[in-house]
Formats: sequence, structure tokens, C-alpha cells
Amino acid sequence: MRVQFELNGKPVEVDALPRTHLADCIRHQLMQTGTHVGCEHGVCGACTVIVDGAAVRSCLILAVQVEGSKVTTVEGLSRDDDLTPLQKAFRKHHALQCGFCTPGMITTAHALLTEEPDADRDRIREVLSGNICRCTGYVNIIEAVYEAREAYRSGVGK
Amino acid sequence: MKFPAFEYAAPSTLAEAVSLLAAGRGTAKALAGGQSLLPAMAFRLAMPSMLVDLRKLKELQKITVSEDGARLGAGVRWRDIEDDARLRTAQPLLAAAIEHVAHYQIRNRGTVGGSLAHADPAAEMPGIAVTCDAEIRVLGPKGERIIAAGHFFTGALSTTLADDELIVEVSMPAWPAKRRWGFEELARRRGDFALAGIATFYDIDVGGCATNTHIGVIGACMCPHRVPQAEKALNGRVVDETTIQAAARALEEALEPPSDLHASAAYRRSLAGTLLERALQHAAK
Repeated sequence: MRVQFELNGKPVEVDALPRTHLADCIRHQLMQTGTHVGCEHGVCGACTVIVDGAAVRSCLILAVQVEGSKVTTVEGLSRDDDLTPLQKAFRKHHALQCGFCTPGMITTAHALLTEEPDADRDRIREVLSGNICRCTGYVNIIEAVYEAREAYRSGVGK
Repeated sequence: MKFPAFEYAAPSTLAEAVSLLAAGRGTAKALAGGQSLLPAMAFRLAMPSMLVDLRKLKELQKITVSEDGARLGAGVRWRDIEDDARLRTAQPLLAAAIEHVAHYQIRNRGTVGGSLAHADPAAEMPGIAVTCDAEIRVLGPKGERIIAAGHFFTGALSTTLADDELIVEVSMPAWPAKRRWGFEELARRRGDFALAGIATFYDIDVGGCATNTHIGVIGACMCPHRVPQAEKALNGRVVDETTIQAAARALEEALEPPSDLHASAAYRRSLAGTLLERALQHAAK
């Protein structure tokens, strides 16, 4: 089926089978491999992307379901010239080791801070509970997201 | 895991959706948020020949709050309930329970109708619908029918919904402002399936005693249900530590929880009793 949507600000059109989930469509058909596929049944959060402003698991949404939507992946949350405030905070706080879960952490944190730039540590912890990291023990990730709040409050998050 | 192959349609009217389901002769499934159905398909627990996507049916996405209660369209997402400030006072038990549904990303997609139709024994929405005497409005080829939530769930992942019927809306009865309530559940990890959960409310009569007590259980059973034995222990009595203990013991005696690798039946029974104590202590505060 022909599916048209916006990926990271650019219109795209793909021919996707109904059974193709959005993560596979983005990775294999649109060649944006920043979105990682971990468990593929909605548990690990590695494949989180932002659809029309909401963080969702791209392994639990069909590509055909995002017709007409705006999809943002981790590639859409970076700049060419510099690290973003969220990336800087992750670097400063050692909020990643192997990096597999990081795209899901960044997309989830971005969606959260865009809507709730005043989220406290409990709220950040609650929201990130849907993302599994096997390296860091989470504390550094929470600290990084907490620090990035300042940039989102002043509107320079992205 | 990749999904098995299926046909896909995204109808723009309810009537069209129902006729697509009927044409599937039991092998077509409605797709709402997909947060339960798609994992079930990934595991090959479900292999529908066709998915009828309800995403274009905006009429299913409405929340109506009036003096008669609250009506939630089948396509209302957990996120919509969280964001609707009216529901925090109009349906506080519902609002509290929904906070326990899965994770942030799932709450952005999962729907009321999907959860009711999927009928997971540990799911919050079915438990709240049963506890609150909600009514579920469904539409099929022969027209509409209204099913009391207490008669909707028949077992784990089983309901009285026919293959060619679609959930349209769930109606929650009006909630008196002075009603006391509590919701408690325990899961091994945040957002995970509840090992047991309790939803309860009661009203207070002129003599200060509990009346109209409703106690519903999830997780520690094959489908959500009320526990009249425990409700009886409170009705007509002042809710205090003694009556709370009596209700909790009556609940434990009445339950027949399943055993699995996450918890034994004995653990679930004891846990449900403890959660009822906590829920009632919250209610009595």
C-alpha cells in the first residue's frame, strides 16, 4: 500500500505491506537506522519515535497507520553543527554506554520535555520506566534529562 | 517479531467497519491502538485475516461528561483520560486506575475499547468498568446492544462481544461528590501486568455507615469481577480498622486466584487482601 507521511520534516512516500511495522519501514525502506529495534513486542522502548507529538513504540504501530502523520526519529532531533542540549546532557552525565537504548531514550525525553519542561525527577523516572537500558542503571539518564529541562524551558530544546 | 500477513482497511464510517468485520466471518479483527492486538500477533497468538483500523472514526474518540455520568468513546486513549481534568472529579476512581496502565508510550496509543475487547485479566479498564457498573455499547450488523460490564467478561481474553461487533462506547454512571474510593495494584515492575489489583468505592449513609459498597478485583482472577462477600462485610457498618480487616479476610476467602510463574495462588490471595486494606484505608481518610 502507498503510504505518505512526513519524516523528520520531509515528505516521504513508501510502498509498505500492511504487516510492516513503522520501525521496519523507517529502517529498511527509508534507511534511517537510528531507530533501534529491540524486543519488537512493545516492552523495551528502544524503537520509540514521535508521531504527531506523541512518543510511541514504532514496533507497535503499522506503517500504514501513519498515513498523513508527522513522524520524528532520533535523526530529526540532531543538528549538523553542534550537539543538542539533550545530547550534551547525555554526554556530560555518561547517560549511555553501548548506546542501543539511546535513540529511544532521546525521543522519549524530547517528547516529555517538549510538553512538560518542568517535569521533576519522579515524573522523568516514571516516563522513562517504559525504556529498558542494560548498561547504565538509569540514574545518569535521569540526571541528563533533568539537566536538559532548562533548555526546553527557554525554548531551545531542539 | 514480524506480524503475520493480513489485509488492511481503514473505513471512514462505523457502518463500513461493522460490515468489514462481518465479511471476515470471524477472522477479521478491529484495530484501535494496537497495543495489545499487535503484540498478540507478533507472538502468533492472534492471526486475523484482516485488520479493520478504526483510526478514521473520530466519533469514537469523544469523552462526554454530564450529570448522568461519563461516556468514553471506544477510541479514547489513556492519554486523553489523563489529560481530561473533568474526569479527575467526575470519575476519580477511573482517573486513578488509568495511571497504572502500562508505560508513557503505550498510554499514548492504547484505547478504552481495545482494552475492553482484549479483556486481559490484569487490565485496569475492564476492572473499573465492572466495579463501577459501567455499560458497554456495541454495534453489530443487527444493530446496537448494551451489555452490562458485569456480563461482558467471561474469562481470560474472553468476552460476550461477537466477532462482527464493535465496541462503540462505555458509559460510567454518575459519581456522587462525597463518594469514598480507593485503587491499589501491585506489579513486579512499573507499568507491568498487575499481580493483583483492587478498585473500591462506597457511599456514606445518614448514620455514617458504608452503603452501596463496590469492590472489584483484577489480576488475581481469570476475569475482573466484584466480590459481594467482601462488600457485605462493609455495608451498614462504619468503615474502620476492624471492618476493613473483616472485608479483607472475606475477600481472600472468596477469591480463587490462578498460579503462574509470577505468583502463586496463595500469594495473590494474600496480596489482594492487603491491597483491599490499603484501598479502604485510602477511602476512609
